[in-house]
Amino acid sequence: MNEGGPFHVGGDPATPPAPRGVGHLRGADPFPAAARAALADSQLRRNIGKATATIRAKRADVVGEVDDWEELREAGRALKTATMARLPELLTQLEERVTAAGGTVHWARDAAEANAIVTDVVGATGSDEVVKVKSMATQEIGLNEALAEAGIAAIETDLAELIVQLGDDTPSHILVPAIHRNRAEIREIFLREMPGVDPDLTDEPRRLAMAARAHLRRKFLSARVGVSGANFAVAETGTLSVVESEGNGRMCLTLPETLITVMGIEKLVPTWQDLEVFLQLLPRSSTGERMNPYTSMWTGVHPGDGPTDVHLVLLDNGRTATLVDEVGRQALHCIRCSACLNVCPVYERTGGHAYGSVYPGPIGAILSPQLTGVEDNASLPFASSLCGACYDVCPVKINIPEVLVHLRARHVEERRATRTVPNAEEVAMAAAGWVMADPGRYAAAQRAARMGRILAAGGDRIRALPPPLSAWTASRDAPKPPTETFRDWWARTRGADDGGHTP
Amino acid sequence: MRIALFVTCLADTMFPDVAKATVRLLERLGHEVVFPAAQTCCGQMHVNTGYQREALPLVRRYVEVFEPFDAVVAPSGSCVGSIRHQHAMVARNFGDEALADRAEAVAGRSRELSELLVDVLGVTDVGAHFPHRVTYHPTCHSLRMLRVGDRPLRLLRAVKGIDVVELPAAEECCGFGGTFAVKNADTSTAMLADKMRNVLATDAEFCSASDSSCLMHIGGGLSRLRTGVRTIHLAQILAGTEDQPWEVTV
Repeated sequence: MNEGGPFHVGGDPATPPAPRGVGHLRGADPFPAAARAALADSQLRRNIGKATATIRAKRADVVGEVDDWEELREAGRALKTATMARLPELLTQLEERVTAAGGTVHWARDAAEANAIVTDVVGATGSDEVVKVKSMATQEIGLNEALAEAGIAAIETDLAELIVQLGDDTPSHILVPAIHRNRAEIREIFLREMPGVDPDLTDEPRRLAMAARAHLRRKFLSARVGVSGANFAVAETGTLSVVESEGNGRMCLTLPETLITVMGIEKLVPTWQDLEVFLQLLPRSSTGERMNPYTSMWTGVHPGDGPTDVHLVLLDNGRTATLVDEVGRQALHCIRCSACLNVCPVYERTGGHAYGSVYPGPIGAILSPQLTGVEDNASLPFASSLCGACYDVCPVKINIPEVLVHLRARHVEERRATRTVPNAEEVAMAAAGWVMADPGRYAAAQRAARMGRILAAGGDRIRALPPPLSAWTASRDAPKPPTETFRDWWARTRGADDGGHTP
Repeated sequence: MRIALFVTCLADTMFPDVAKATVRLLERLGHEVVFPAAQTCCGQMHVNTGYQREALPLVRRYVEVFEPFDAVVAPSGSCVGSIRHQHAMVARNFGDEALADRAEAVAGRSRELSELLVDVLGVTDVGAHFPHRVTYHPTCHSLRMLRVGDRPLRLLRAVKGIDVVELPAAEECCGFGGTFAVKNADTSTAMLADKMRNVLATDAEFCSASDSSCLMHIGGGLSRLRTGVRTIHLAQILAGTEDQPWEVTV
């Protein structure tokens, strides 16, 4: 058992969480409040409902084609588990190989360190502009804001990220950051924010893509620095990899002189051959494609071919703290496919912003609280009905419901250890536990519950209950307690206890 | 066969007809049903709300009460899901390895009603009669924790006089989720709205399921909006015959 018990009460100073005040892992409001606003946004409900249904169907089709899908998932899970078990050794190996191939490796304890490293590297080039490949890690650490403070403009080149950036918005999906926008809204954003855009732009998808293409092409040709994340890094070769659909990433990875990659330390695979498994799992799970249209791989520097100054920033930012938790660490196996978002009945209705973190949906609900420390995102593990749809589609078999339940216990245990006066829920749960622990007390409580019949006011249903159960009766009737419980009926009609014993 | 009934605290307290129907069905099929009165609750609400410490005595009680029996049945997919997937985990989290081993053994003999009927008792036609139009919500924990598959539907389709209509988007959660329904009442209600829309689209008189908790949620919505559609547990449909119809209460 770990220090602090299975629920890691008190945390461990040796493995700090992602710091506050930098990056985008914490929201302003707890999930229920943020969700309430999102649920009332009919445009958002329609956009997300439509988009997730489409991607869900595409994924189901292409996954159904693979006879050994379950074996592939199991291989993905096993590879990730084995990698996490020897992460320090593999990271050192990666550093050696990248360095030997002419690259520079930086270690960043947290978001602030990573931002400072990237800002310094860009500053040394004298450039005041970088082009960016779509990357979750740089969104996580708030790199664009940090660069802006240093007078450096970061230009998002992924079409959806560009829409988000031009709209002064935040991403709401891991794979499709502008999923909450429809094409009419995108047209308005382009007309308003894109310099030199054709004023007759329509909302036809082809015309929108052409406008973005013309806008970005100028940036690709002038940019001297590119910034990316990484989908994978191969420890044995020092190779980094990005998979994408648009080709804009390929431009950023090959045209600039300087390339800076920010990568979470968990993105590693031990060998080149391991990519075989993940390059099958990822596209089918994420975009519903058989393979990614663009798979870019680079190993250090090759004179006369691509960037001449290549940097890799290895980011912790709460990952080591996550690795300490034997149950929760599987969240680090995530390959950012978004399949869990697309099947989640909660995400489908609230969208991603309600989660307050760049990692929304079921994976976000288990990853964000572990990166920040559970208390800084305490509402997220509860933002799930535990329906289990996420676990079924996860390409690396992360048992998300298991981790959600575990993090709920971590939150309750943490609160128990730090508060002197229990709150109403703690009192209610303790009372329910005390009642249920004894059949005599339980039967007495059942008889007391029968008093609830008066709440039905002569009807067959209860229309209103006092708080906190008023949250139930705000939209649902509650059943009227029966005149006789099952156990009383059994005792009356069948006589005494005929099995078991009272321990 | 001698079968111990784990009634579940919800059915015992709020939906005794579901448990009575389970008893009548199993007895009609020629089995002996026993009800160990020392039973209380599986502890799922505590575990899923983060109160594993409070759930530990409930896990111990379940194990001690049901250990003597070769077969245990509960009319709830989610309670059996908790017994099978959470009891040993709770014991281990508090360092009680011996209890965890015993919990695993008892969990292996604990079954949800449709599992018991189809897998252990080997029946799909239980001789029931229910002349109504019915749609079936498969419930998340029956589907994805227990993997009961189409067992409930095979049982339903064998019922005489019944008109079983497929529920659109049946596998999607109804939004109950235990304390989720209260902690995240708005999101839960949004999910329920879509589930009700699909239920109403079937023109069914009844929405059935194998879990009183999901039915309490769906039924609470259907009743609030005066849709005229009622909920009914699978056990209640299977309990009635042509000679002895099951009197459907609320």
